[in-house]
Amino acid sequence: MNIESLNIESHLIPTLETVSDPEIPVLTVLDLGVIREAVEKDGIIQIKLTPTYSGCPAMDVISDDLKAAFATIGKEVNVELVLAPAWSTDWISEEGLQKMEEYGIARPLSETADKDVLLGQKKLVKCTNCGSTNTHLVSQFGSTACKALFKCDDCQEPFDYFKCLK
Amino acid sequence: MNNNLYNYILGVADNSLILAQRLGELCGHGPTLETDIALTNISLDLLGQTRSYYQYAAKIKGEDATEDSIAFLRLEREYKNVLLVEQPNTHFGFVIARQFLFDVYHYMIMQQLQNSKDLNLAAIANKGIKEVSYHKRFSSDWVKRLGDGTSESNQKIQEAIDALWRFTDELFDILEADQKMINEGVAVDVSKLKAAYYEEVSEVLKEANIQIPESKYFTRGGKKGIHSEHMGYLLADLQYMQRTYPNMTW
Ligand SMILES: [Zn+2]
Repeated sequence: MNIESLNIESHLIPTLETVSDPEIPVLTVLDLGVIREAVEKDGIIQIKLTPTYSGCPAMDVISDDLKAAFATIGKEVNVELVLAPAWSTDWISEEGLQKMEEYGIARPLSETADKDVLLGQKKLVKCTNCGSTNTHLVSQFGSTACKALFKCDDCQEPFDYFKCLK
Repeated sequence: MNNNLYNYILGVADNSLILAQRLGELCGHGPTLETDIALTNISLDLLGQTRSYYQYAAKIKGEDATEDSIAFLRLEREYKNVLLVEQPNTHFGFVIARQFLFDVYHYMIMQQLQNSKDLNLAAIANKGIKEVSYHKRFSSDWVKRLGDGTSESNQKIQEAIDALWRFTDELFDILEADQKMINEGVAVDVSKLKAAYYEEVSEVLKEANIQIPESKYFTRGGKKGIHSEHMGYLLADLQYMQRTYPNMTW
């Protein structure tokens, strides 16, 4: 998702970039696409935050981290949680996807391909260790709600796959 | 306050809360690491959806209602969940059968609730349906795996389906408050989902070599607050902290 198309004031971006997802620390909240709006109004920063999954415990932490980050530049923050439109993995930036893969989490496939791999019908998920697609699904649910667990049949490494959400 | 809307929201949300609590009991007790993680992930999704519903319900109720007071401080008779979701974990076959019988229903509700004239409910459903589609896939897969597995796994999942079948008819009951909300285009008319539900469920059961129960004896009451004997124990666990240390926070 392109930052320019969202209502995020450019002077707030440097501070927003210092806040990352507590579960995938290489991703900033901007990479993840969970900040839907950030504007300064009468000296207070108004932020609209959307959850990745309904029960995502990271949202409370992110909300606190945003307040702490802006406190360092003497600004107060008001965070509002918004549900609509619902977050989608399409909103993760290309840069974010690359950082995620380097971190060891395979990027989400397209919706149909995602269904195929999660039903174990096709081998499409690329091992983040050796790049082979000779991989298989171990569990549809991984260490967090957004991920599934895979294993590589070539190098034998287990790894996470970020499930497609649309 | 809009009493009908408030009650309707609780009717939908309580199913998720109580099932989340049941699944939460399995944390650290799943038969394998992967199923343990999956079931608790599903629990977390349901709990997240519950929070969104209760936050909205608290706004409607006003006064000093919060999501926590709605979750923790009601009496047994005030919970509106269906009997199916409060049934105990007995064995893994029961966990999967209960999940499957609920997921098929839950998915249908979410599908329709997305079109609700109430935009808050529509947004919660639009968000939640993506999660529920994963739940349904997980539970359907396991129904097939157990049903089509060994003779012992088949016998156990059959036993669970037989035992839980009598709770399915209640899913399609409509209360007075529901009817008013249906008329206003806010609520889902669940009575219209019944045929499609049994068709979808039967299809999976057939594929899994599980016999579709023929019993026409059904138990109901949860929606009206008349719960089975298991509910009190469940709530004792759920409400323990708030009842023992009122207003405590982490
Ligand atoms: Zn590999």
